[in-house]
Amino acid sequence: MPEILQNLEFTPFILSFKLAGITTLVLFVIAVPLAWYLSQTTSKAKPFLEAFTALPIVLPPSVLGFYILVALSQNSPLGAFFDDYFGVKLVFNFTGLVVASCFYSLPFMVQPLQGGFESLNKNMLEASYIAGKSKLQTVFKVALPNIKPALLTAIIITFAHTVGEFGVVLMVGGSIPGETKVASVAIYEMVEIMDYTSAHIYSAIMVIISFLVLLSVYVFNYRQNKKIGGFHS
Amino acid sequence: MIQIDVNKKLHGSSGDMDLDVNLHIDEGDFVALTGQSGSGKTTLLRILAGLEEANGTLQIGDKVWLDGKYALSPKKRGIGFVFQDYALFPNMSVEENLLFVNKDKALAKHLLEMTELDPLKSRVPNTLSGGQQQRVSLCRALMNRPKLLLMDEPLSALDPGMRTKLQNEIMALHKEFGTTTIMVSHDPSEIYRLAHRVVVLDQGKIINDGSPKEVLLKTSGSQKFSFEGELLDIVKTDVIHIAIVSIGQQLVEVVVDETQAKSLTTGGSVTVSTKAFAPIILPHN
Repeated sequence: MPEILQNLEFTPFILSFKLAGITTLVLFVIAVPLAWYLSQTTSKAKPFLEAFTALPIVLPPSVLGFYILVALSQNSPLGAFFDDYFGVKLVFNFTGLVVASCFYSLPFMVQPLQGGFESLNKNMLEASYIAGKSKLQTVFKVALPNIKPALLTAIIITFAHTVGEFGVVLMVGGSIPGETKVASVAIYEMVEIMDYTSAHIYSAIMVIISFLVLLSVYVFNYRQNKKIGGFHS
Repeated sequence: MIQIDVNKKLHGSSGDMDLDVNLHIDEGDFVALTGQSGSGKTTLLRILAGLEEANGTLQIGDKVWLDGKYALSPKKRGIGFVFQDYALFPNMSVEENLLFVNKDKALAKHLLEMTELDPLKSRVPNTLSGGQQQRVSLCRALMNRPKLLLMDEPLSALDPGMRTKLQNEIMALHKEFGTTTIMVSHDPSEIYRLAHRVVVLDQGKIINDGSPKEVLLKTSGSQKFSFEGELLDIVKTDVIHIAIVSIGQQLVEVVVDETQAKSLTTGGSVTVSTKAFAPIILPHN
């Protein structure tokens, strides 16, 4: 058994977590302004934007993967533009995975943040504007610090959801070792070649890590809810 | 000198109405804004703060805040605003709530000492009572030494004892800072104690404007003792009828004759008054 562990290739896990980390970071930067806009706007465009944001939840990953392939391949205007001007290929490499993951995990970042922003006391935000603060200052000094549980949920769920990705990753990235072969794809291939021992170990590692990540979120939220009193640190 | 000339179409619970207000307020004055709910008081306050759009003009001293399409954003108006629900920042301590507005530590300390909040300055708002939170909110509103202080029913969520205490503090702060103040209030005793001038709004229009004495004392003719109340019930006992009327926080019984009893409907608004009468006032010990 230890021999098997020693020979085990950990690159797919490192790739999975690298992909999830970068996706979460990129999505955070995109989702905070989007979620803030959606929470504050009364525009007629709001339901359209909300529906568009939620699409990846209901679409089969193959549909999403197919469109992303079509949109980003070198034969498409966008893919050709990136290839010609930046020398960046957007499919069948790690960059392509990040772009695809950002689409795929967008609702998991936007929705908790939007819910958090919407639950804030409107008068409190107005009090910040009246105190002479800009929207940017209000978001970072008042809004975000007061939706910590929602913020943590958004970050962790986005991260976990990206680690758990399979269909989109396979379609957009394929299975290039060290480049696009993430843990979920690796497990799929092990099962295909009937290497059940490795598949077991990989799967068990995924289960344990995912459980620990989710547990930490729920423990944090449990403590936040209990912590109503006390002195400010 | 504040010149208000604004109008706005409102879609209230009782249908559409026009808020149309033309008002001059002297510098340093304390004005109470009162009237039925839905009469546009809070909207007027929010227009002054820049939180709501409106047509017309607003001029504060030599500065124009609103003129046609031009509207100065709330963050540039430098006002103070006290909300009914306090609206403190839960992620900041009492002191940080004040310093968020303006990093003037000396002023924060002075305000906290005036309102006896100094020992609580490291606490977060959720650990304070309603009265304490509203005092923090009041202090926070004064941190940028505003030219104009707006208060939207600041004490209506507090119990009567706490109200009196905070009224005294508002009075002390107004004396010290001399801030022009507009306060929305439903409480006649509060208005009488604090305000120099009362403006009554109804359906978006000013229907009364004067000193608290002129506007609030509802005596007419030779009546010296007169109260507005709600008729709760008429009880028939033997040959007399007793009307039970709710006045303020108290219930009183008034004997009425049969014809009067028939003409009154329970649940209606009534005036209880007397003419030749020498009431005695005794202090509570």
